[in-house]
Amino acid sequence: MKVITIAKTGDEETVEPGFAELVQQISGKELRQCYHCLKCSAGCPINFAMDWAPNQIIRMVQLGLQERVLSSSTIWLCASCETCSTRCPNEVDLPTIMDTLKEMAIQNGIRSQQAGIQTFHRVFLNCLREYGRMHEVSLLALYKLLTLNPFEDMGLGIKMFRKGKLNLLPSRIENVHELETIFRTFGESKRSKI
Amino acid sequence: MKLSYFPGCSLDGTAKEYGSSTSAICQALGLELIEVPDWNCCGASSGHSTNYLLGQALAARNLILAEKQGLDMVVACAACFSRFKKTNIALKENAELRGKMEEIMGIPYKGSFQIRHLLDVIYNTVGLETIKKEVTNPLKDLRLVPYYGCVIVRPHELTQFDDEEQPQVIDNLIEAIGAESLPWSDKTECCGASLALTRVDIVKKLARGIVEMAKEAGAQAIATACPLCQANLDMRYGEDGLPVFYFTELLGLALGIEGKNWLERHITDPLPLLTSLNLVKGE
Ligand code: SF4
Ligand code: SF4
Repeated sequence: MKVITIAKTGDEETVEPGFAELVQQISGKELRQCYHCLKCSAGCPINFAMDWAPNQIIRMVQLGLQERVLSSSTIWLCASCETCSTRCPNEVDLPTIMDTLKEMAIQNGIRSQQAGIQTFHRVFLNCLREYGRMHEVSLLALYKLLTLNPFEDMGLGIKMFRKGKLNLLPSRIENVHELETIFRTFGESKRSKI
Repeated sequence: MKLSYFPGCSLDGTAKEYGSSTSAICQALGLELIEVPDWNCCGASSGHSTNYLLGQALAARNLILAEKQGLDMVVACAACFSRFKKTNIALKENAELRGKMEEIMGIPYKGSFQIRHLLDVIYNTVGLETIKKEVTNPLKDLRLVPYYGCVIVRPHELTQFDDEEQPQVIDNLIEAIGAESLPWSDKTECCGASLALTRVDIVKKLARGIVEMAKEAGAQAIATACPLCQANLDMRYGEDGLPVFYFTELLGLALGIEGKNWLERHITDPLPLLTSLNLVKGE
């Protein structure tokens, strides 16, 4: 770890020289070859809502600005739409790298402003562990309650129910115990912490 | 022709009309779909976003069950399709993942079968010529834009199906069933996918943009092949949206299958449009 001073603002920031190497190792994807042509950021549909553009995330990983990257909203907002990875002239697999960064953020207990998305994923996986399949009503109810936003989408939910798009009761798969084993085997990632 | 079939959670819930229209057209076109026994959710975004290996393991269970059926596998949901394609590669390359999953399931995995999106099977296996012959109710005067979204066609190395920037498959299908396919800008734009529930604001903005462009192109409706695309465009535009069809519903109508129980599930009611063009019988 090294502390540097940002020339423009005078702010101090920590740099983790091994960060890029670690991200590459965990994701199995190369990112050093990115030369910042901005093609990814230009085509990214979610860029407008991100705090850092996709190529800026790659740049910050290259520079070792670990804390900024792992606490960014961008990594959580990426929709894995593969627009960037399809267009990148250097075959940088940004969506997979974003997944690795999210995983590292979770393992290091770093919350971003997108904590709601993290909660959603947790509720989703718990539902899957319990039933083996998704049950939208349980998922929606729990998620909206946990994020203290119980009335968002209530109207839409009622419309969907009337149209027969929501099953009131969940259905459980037969061998749900196999999922329990999968969760126990892979649930705690064996990957090294930073 | 027999195929192993992975419906996925949406086709059993919010996208029931995609599920039932898929069953109906496959039956009409001579495809026998045999559901993967005891399939589970593929893990979706929540799997790969929070624990990549767990996401792969959840998807892998389905691939192992499917391979045991001894058939090629067809997947209707674009997101499940993409997860399975990625996981199939991981199972072959990552011996640890494969070994652990084989042990849990008690079945070895070779990956000796194909994983295909439903659109690919309809287009490349059934083929346009057969479809044209089966059409009894051509969708005359219906102006559609084909919407592919993200991961059915990209990245090409993975999907190996159609062009990733300028796909044509849905365009050609639309023309084959007698409707008009309009050129437009947003064929492969992203609808915001799984941010649908967590960042409604973002998805609304994206969905609005896409539907606006469809309107500008002169479309009366949008044709899709993904439950997330359909849901986001159908539900997140608000008043005055366009009807958003699954390509299977359009195909079903053209094949003369009575599709009321699909069509009445849409949030943006497509019946006034279809009735006005005499494509379904009025009340
Ligand atoms: S498109 Fe590729 S090379 Fe260009 S900035 Fe993005 S990641 Fe870097
Ligand atoms: S995969 Fe993520 S970063 Fe890449 S274009 Fe899509 S939303 Fe943007």
